[in-house]
Amino acid sequence: MSTPITSMKDLPSTHLLGTGTSLCAGCGGLLSLHQAYDLLGARTVFVNAAGCMTLLATYPFTPFRSSWLYTTMASAPAGAQGIRDALDILIAKGQLSPEEDLTAVVLTGDGAAYGMGLAATSAAIDRGLDFLYLCYDNEGYGNTGQQYSPATPHGALTATSRGSRGYPGYKKDLFAIWVANRPTYVATVVGAEPLDLAKKVERARSLKGPRLILALAPCPTGWDFNPQDAVEIGRLAVRTGVWPLKEYIDGRVVHTRIPHPRLPVEEYLRLQGRFRHLFEPERNEPLIQEIQRHVDAYWAEVES
Amino acid sequence: MTRVLLTGNAAAAWGARLADVDYVPAFPITPQTEIIETLANWSTNGVIPARVVTLESEHSMLTAAAAAAATGVRVFTATSSQGLLYGIEMVYAAPGWRVPLVLVNVSRGLASPITLESDHNDLLATRDAGFLTLVCATVQEVLDSVLIAYRVAEDDRVRLPAIVNLDGFILSFTREPVVLPSHEDARRFLPPYDARLLGFRASQPIAQAVAVLGGSSYSYFRYQIHLAELQALSVLDEVEAEFATVFGRRYGPIETYQTDDAEIVFFMMGALATKAKAAVDRLREAGERVGLVRLRLLRPFPVQAIRRALAGKGAVAVIDQNVSMGKGGVLHAELASALYGAAGAPPILASYIGGLGGRDIQAAEFYEIAREVKRAATRGVTPEPRLLYTEAELRQIKELQAIALAERQEIEAGT
Repeated sequence: MSTPITSMKDLPSTHLLGTGTSLCAGCGGLLSLHQAYDLLGARTVFVNAAGCMTLLATYPFTPFRSSWLYTTMASAPAGAQGIRDALDILIAKGQLSPEEDLTAVVLTGDGAAYGMGLAATSAAIDRGLDFLYLCYDNEGYGNTGQQYSPATPHGALTATSRGSRGYPGYKKDLFAIWVANRPTYVATVVGAEPLDLAKKVERARSLKGPRLILALAPCPTGWDFNPQDAVEIGRLAVRTGVWPLKEYIDGRVVHTRIPHPRLPVEEYLRLQGRFRHLFEPERNEPLIQEIQRHVDAYWAEVES
Repeated sequence: MTRVLLTGNAAAAWGARLADVDYVPAFPITPQTEIIETLANWSTNGVIPARVVTLESEHSMLTAAAAAAATGVRVFTATSSQGLLYGIEMVYAAPGWRVPLVLVNVSRGLASPITLESDHNDLLATRDAGFLTLVCATVQEVLDSVLIAYRVAEDDRVRLPAIVNLDGFILSFTREPVVLPSHEDARRFLPPYDARLLGFRASQPIAQAVAVLGGSSYSYFRYQIHLAELQALSVLDEVEAEFATVFGRRYGPIETYQTDDAEIVFFMMGALATKAKAAVDRLREAGERVGLVRLRLLRPFPVQAIRRALAGKGAVAVIDQNVSMGKGGVLHAELASALYGAAGAPPILASYIGGLGGRDIQAAEFYEIAREVKRAATRGVTPEPRLLYTEAELRQIKELQAIALAERQEIEAGT
């Protein structure tokens, strides 16, 4: 992309990802993939780990105009390592023209990114691997029916946390884990904020080294909401401060959107069946307040 | 062509060097580490052009290996034991990618209990995955098999990954005289890698290793792997004939030793088979008609060659350096399925398990086995499977148990 992206008018009008995939209606992960892919372009090879997106390429169909390699749940970054090294070797030997080069894009859900694949990810960062990691974070093992994962937020009902208090743990801070490894670039995005997403993908694309685009992926089936609300829920995640939009670059974390005024978290929670137990049959004020306090504490630190 | 003294590990590294490998994803594990250290040092010093990258686990190492091979470079990697099991998901995945990489496994017993020394249970965990599998008995064979493995794996009729196995310690750290092929001869035998349809290119996007829906598609691709493995039998034969032309050495899917007139035959694989050979010599000196069949090609399983070698024999003693828990020796079961119903199949197929976790198999044990199966052949009654263990060993383990018990009693007594 030659001109920098400053407004919605600068976003690509042609779309690379084919339609008619087997993913759910209203999939927030697919929304961010669509947008990111248009900017990354067709000269990419997607290296996939087990998750919802694995079903995108199902023999004999693929919605991608680029290459694709399914690996395992735990080792997609290592797959990217093998591809990157092999492309470099072939180019160095003169067996591959530099025009044929590809960007290795690891595409996984939160199950791989926050848990099973974390060692492989951390090691790829250690090695300074030149790759982009696109994580669609639907806050649970979505492809198997939304069991809780290390990315599940406090209090959410999942298939394995059905009690009245929902998931007892707290969402792991993958952004901070990446930042602690000193990669080139880390950003959070959501498909409901396409301009912010586009600017970050564009920035990531212009850089070399380990880069993460961490996309909150509102999940109609896993979070239990009407597919038509996917975009609204994404917006509310940002405007309530539940999902901070930020980036790490040149050793600094910058928030790209400071929600002001910040809406009460309740407005985000209310639309989702996974939090319905906070409101019905009776309101669970302490738990709602606990979630609110966590968000408030985060932003108090940011704004201090 | 020069003669040098090399360890089994160094021979494996030399095999990779002479194969002009492009890429070596690595992870250290005893007793394999010397292989990747050797290659890493050669790479650092510019002796070989290959890129050596240390991953954080064997699972990642094998993923990187298969992904690089799928991108179109010649890949070599090595592991052992727990590492092989840690990466086993990719051992099963890689054959379906149809990537002809070579993996050297330096056999070592599996936990538990954890140990460092050799047996074959690690290798046998890969048995059904779709790797071609060559099991070596000498250091020379290790080097040669790496070159041969690439030729067979990269053949259009096969296109599968390959494992070259050597026994930990007894082969990995033993120096033997090795005829080192010249680089020119090696290149004559093994031309530069042609990736064929493999490769990720901007101009030619490809979706690799995609999901299938339904058992019909799945079965089709699984059968393809199996049939390609079976084709490797004749391909190996061709390739080894060519190898013999260039280097003057020929191996085959099995090695037979003194089998022509043998009444009883030892059947085993790996380096301890060289001890069986020595036992055959002694037994022959004593007038016994004993021979040895050493399985070299574990996969594809050379059924016809085995049937031919064993047809008309009175008894076969299968010596397994592994245990399928609750069943017994794996090679015994493999051999039984190959021989059952075959013309001239030996009436006696006896099972012995020994050599686990570096435990030696003594000459006296080979003699005892020969004595037992000879008697079995005469009587026509197959002996019960035996777990080789001597009275001296039993006394020793009792002593260790007594020490362990005494230690615990001391702790419990608070002294």
